[in-house]
Amino acid sequence: MIVRISGEAQYQLPDADAERLNELDNQAVAAVEAGDEPTFQRHWNAMLELVTRDGDPLPDDELVESDVILPPRDLEFLEASAGFSGEGLIPD
Amino acid sequence: MPGLGGRMNTLFKTKITKLLDRAEDPAETLEYGYQKQIELLQNVKKGIADVVTSKKRIQMQSQKLEQQLVKLDTQARQALSQGREDLARTALERKTLAQTELQSLDQQVSELERQQEQLTANEQKLRHKIEAFRTKKEVIKAQYSAAEAQVRIGEAASGVGEEMADLGLALQRAEEKTENMRARASAVEELEAAGTFDDLTQLGGGGDDIDRELAQLSGGAQVDDELARMKAELGPGGDESPPALEEGTPGRST
Repeated sequence: MIVRISGEAQYQLPDADAERLNELDNQAVAAVEAGDEPTFQRHWNAMLELVTRDGDPLPDDELVESDVILPPRDLEFLEASAGFSGEGLIPD
Repeated sequence: MPGLGGRMNTLFKTKITKLLDRAEDPAETLEYGYQKQIELLQNVKKGIADVVTSKKRIQMQSQKLEQQLVKLDTQARQALSQGREDLARTALERKTLAQTELQSLDQQVSELERQQEQLTANEQKLRHKIEAFRTKKEVIKAQYSAAEAQVRIGEAASGVGEEMADLGLALQRAEEKTENMRARASAVEELEAAGTFDDLTQLGGGGDDIDRELAQLSGGAQVDDELARMKAELGPGGDESPPALEEGTPGRST
């Protein structure tokens, strides 16, 4: 599984991590919906840590699309909230 | 993945489509359409230059605040030596606020430096990817049937497209953040010019109401400590000595 952290790099992760990543993602989203910033931060940091710890950065000459693209590391709670109210993380 | 990742995937797909699908063949767009690439790289250069400009401005702002700190400290000492503890307290309160603001500016400078490095590194990475694409395309052509090659080259082109989209996004984000910092720096300058430095906490941008209240609480303690320290420095008897100004204010025991 290829995961990109936007603004940083692409990582090759064991497929087994997909489930865990998905789980954390759901928890992060639930925290955003509940307006619970500390919990959101905790899950969001766990997602980033999982990707950078388990993943190997792809070399620059590797040209593949990512399976999952995560928002930039410095994603703020307000941005994440806006992302789910239909406004989009980055409005065009 | 429907959550954070899912949203980003959708966003990227749209951007990659915009980048590559204007032409009939995405691979041809990449190989011959230097325009897009050059445009993007120029935007990156401009973006980095903007970040540097903002950084300099914020650094100048920091220097002014440093001077302000020295001035307020001196004022507090003067006020205290003339028995005007109320004025000293006000000066020290402003000093605490200015210190907080200075900390925030320093953080912003580090943040801008990080952005600058990241953008530069990603620009390099994109250059490498585009080069790798040109090489890889020839290899694929030589190894596979025309139909198979078409598919594989298309995949590689999408990979490069994703990198371009990501850099474009990082650039947009850096510009927005830089813009916010600039607006905040101007607001500070205006407040400073208007002499309303005590309104700094109203500027926002750093923390919520609870943070602010906590900052005020700890600020109060800091002011008390500093006031006590200054009194001690001014020497024993400073408290007992008659006020230099004949005001006859009895409330010296605060």
